[in-house]
Amino acid sequence: MKSKRFEKLAERPVNQETFINSWPETGLTTDDSPDDPRPSLTLENGTVMEMDGVAREDFDLIDHFIAEYALDRKTAAEAMAKDSVEIARMLVDIQVSRATVLQWTRGCTAAKIVDIIRQMNVLEMMMGLTKMRARKTPANQAHVTNRKEHPALLAADAAEAALRGFHEIETTVGVTRYAPFNALAILVGSQTGRAGVLTQCAVEEATNLRLGFKGLTSYSETLSVYGTQRTFIDGDDTPWSKAFLQAAYASRGVKTRFTSGTGAAALMGHSEGKSMLYLEARALLVTRGAGSQGSQNGSISCIALPESLPGGVRMVLAENLIAAMLGLELASGNDALASHSEMRKTAKLMLQFIPGTDFITSGYGAIPRYDNMFGGGNFDVSELDDWYVLQRDMQVDGGITPVKEKQVLAMRDRAARAIQAVFKALEFPPITDAEVLAAVSAFDSRDMPDRDRVADIEAAQRLLGGPLSVVDVIQALEKTGFAEIAANIFEMQRQRAIGDYLQPAAVFDENFKVLSALTDANNYQGPGTGYRLEGKRWTQLQDLPAAWEPRSYLKSLAGSGTKKEWLTEKNPTTAGSGPEVVIAVSPAFGTVIHRSIGGLNLREVLVSLMEGIRQEQVKVRLVRIYHTADCAFIGHAGAGLSGSKVAVGIQSKGTAVIHQKDLAPLENLELFPQAPNLNLDTYRLIGKNAARYALGKPVIPVAVKIDSTARLRLIVQTTLLQYHENQLVDPRRAPVELILRGKEQSL
Amino acid sequence: MTTQPIRTLSGKNIDEIELQQILSGELSAEDLRISAETLRMQAEAAEKAGYRQVAQNLRRAAELTGISNRELFEIYDQLRPGRASYEQLLALAQRLETTHRAPLTAAFVRHGAEVYHRCGITRKAE
Repeated sequence: MKSKRFEKLAERPVNQETFINSWPETGLTTDDSPDDPRPSLTLENGTVMEMDGVAREDFDLIDHFIAEYALDRKTAAEAMAKDSVEIARMLVDIQVSRATVLQWTRGCTAAKIVDIIRQMNVLEMMMGLTKMRARKTPANQAHVTNRKEHPALLAADAAEAALRGFHEIETTVGVTRYAPFNALAILVGSQTGRAGVLTQCAVEEATNLRLGFKGLTSYSETLSVYGTQRTFIDGDDTPWSKAFLQAAYASRGVKTRFTSGTGAAALMGHSEGKSMLYLEARALLVTRGAGSQGSQNGSISCIALPESLPGGVRMVLAENLIAAMLGLELASGNDALASHSEMRKTAKLMLQFIPGTDFITSGYGAIPRYDNMFGGGNFDVSELDDWYVLQRDMQVDGGITPVKEKQVLAMRDRAARAIQAVFKALEFPPITDAEVLAAVSAFDSRDMPDRDRVADIEAAQRLLGGPLSVVDVIQALEKTGFAEIAANIFEMQRQRAIGDYLQPAAVFDENFKVLSALTDANNYQGPGTGYRLEGKRWTQLQDLPAAWEPRSYLKSLAGSGTKKEWLTEKNPTTAGSGPEVVIAVSPAFGTVIHRSIGGLNLREVLVSLMEGIRQEQVKVRLVRIYHTADCAFIGHAGAGLSGSKVAVGIQSKGTAVIHQKDLAPLENLELFPQAPNLNLDTYRLIGKNAARYALGKPVIPVAVKIDSTARLRLIVQTTLLQYHENQLVDPRRAPVELILRGKEQSL
Repeated sequence: MTTQPIRTLSGKNIDEIELQQILSGELSAEDLRISAETLRMQAEAAEKAGYRQVAQNLRRAAELTGISNRELFEIYDQLRPGRASYEQLLALAQRLETTHRAPLTAAFVRHGAEVYHRCGITRKAE
């Protein structure tokens, strides 16, 4: 037999993913391969003679590098002797400062670090990350790329990303020879959107370095490191070559961070039977040993590999924490597509989003997925509003700022025009006004005109190989009326000569103030300490494009309602006699509120009820109840006045009840609590049923549509309407008789 | 964070550099490069804050400020696996030490040469 439920479950997005059991021999295990070494260290006269079970004579490249540069040999003996559980507890304990933890971790080998992490569950690791993050203020990084490598679109997208508050923007290329133009476009765009945004163009190292030297980029995170020697060799590098490269960048004032991540060695077939986390700990020790200020990790492009294993997502958080506990700036992944399932993708994100990291994603697609040249990306522009809502829901700063459409359009226009001017001044293939216009409003590069790619590539190579540099860009912008952008790019260059942003975890704020582990050190030690989302920043993050002012709700409704008075009050009413149905309306019905919550005109609602009652040849009497705004009590009060003892009670929002005098107030004949699901026909049937109750005829209860999202969508409006209803309640005022003005049939 | 003026590689006081000088062509991109002195100052700041390895990297960077882009590329390439023989790496270290007055980088390369040699990733003799 087949279960229909299992059949449905099999169709869920999460089941498009691959789940496997661990297989340690191939490196397909998170943090516990039988071949993982036990922590050990033997020092002789300050020389490491043995580390994690490997004798010095058997050291590979990585062992040598870690032993020489990463391990603090002064504190190592003590750290290695310390119980791993105790260090794990320090990571969680709010009484222990980040600085104290760093003193212990600097003497730990890779195996020791993994042994510490193994003691921790996900929640404890999140606590650890909150404390160990280098910079107090969290931030985020954006991807800006497009399939056409269109410079105007790149500039406009970079400007928008900068406006949205990303502190770093990275681009890359489909065709490497475009790199100089892409770097130039996001430099100009980013400095249009917000001063001080750092930019990079991810391409192979030689080109990358040249772009940095020319002043077209200000950081680089392309320096990949690995946990096994063979993986390193396959990557055509060594810890020494990477460390040298990094020093070369720094010698020109360019910020760098290394990249690593669990799964890389297994993917390349060089895991040596070691667990992913152990190898990542080694890669991170290489990172620290080389003197890198930071790391981009969190499995990055390999994310689906650890996710296929039990505990995989926990492990990715673990590798983030290891980077932070080694004192490294952390750009914590969440950049490559992590799941087909929205639920799984978001749940994974929370592990970094809630604690906060130096860069919560190491690349949020500030462009549509179609244009993301970093393999598609994990989150993109279409999820920005979701991100804003999560920040607002949890009062968490995820590093992205809500903005208004008008601002975005203005900024995109400015950036596209600026890059157009630069292209013209430097005699690159012209960017037409039509291209600028398209770039301002584009969704993706399919909205952009095609360019002469041969001419663009030729000119881009001229920029890379020739004498042109960022100085020419600054001059071009200044001369063509983009002085503020010129000034920002100039200041970026000045900052390169100052070098404060070479310090760990450095970013600029919009006034070029450096926020780093030195100037904005994370001092989290429990409630009342560390980064708190409050004040101006919290106000900023509350201001969703979709958020509205509840105080003006009634005014917004009034515009769509009937202006003319259509219900006239007569004298206080008295009890009726004979077969009649009373329709009892609430205090605000037709006075300040003219539309139901479902958008129905209340006059039409009333007429429909009356028509239904009259269909059964029963008289109708209209009354307004003032002493209550509760639907049941309104209906019950109406029933008390009705000659038949039957009444329909209705509130302004459209909620209705058929009531009978002899029932208790909270009982009823029929109740229609889901006003949004009622239409005029339903109201007609309600009237008809009320009349049949009045006549004592058999009644089939009115069937209503069930919409389980109605409450979700409209509870706020319900609350507001009830508030206005209650404002008009007068406990001492008796019910009054009402007259409907105008012709009923004219509706 | 500092009391002394920060000077660029060409000796310009960073506080006196103005956009106007760029526009008039009085200053070039070269005048906006970070100096060895500034990198060493940043190294001190990093060291003081407990980032010993970051400081070492900045000190090596200070030594590289005087080396041309082209030569940096060449050195980087030599340090990649299988590019240079043990002897060539030692010669590189020597050149860094004497010609470029880069003792820290030289020591770093020398140590690398020993390790490359032991781990068998130096260029094999032809």
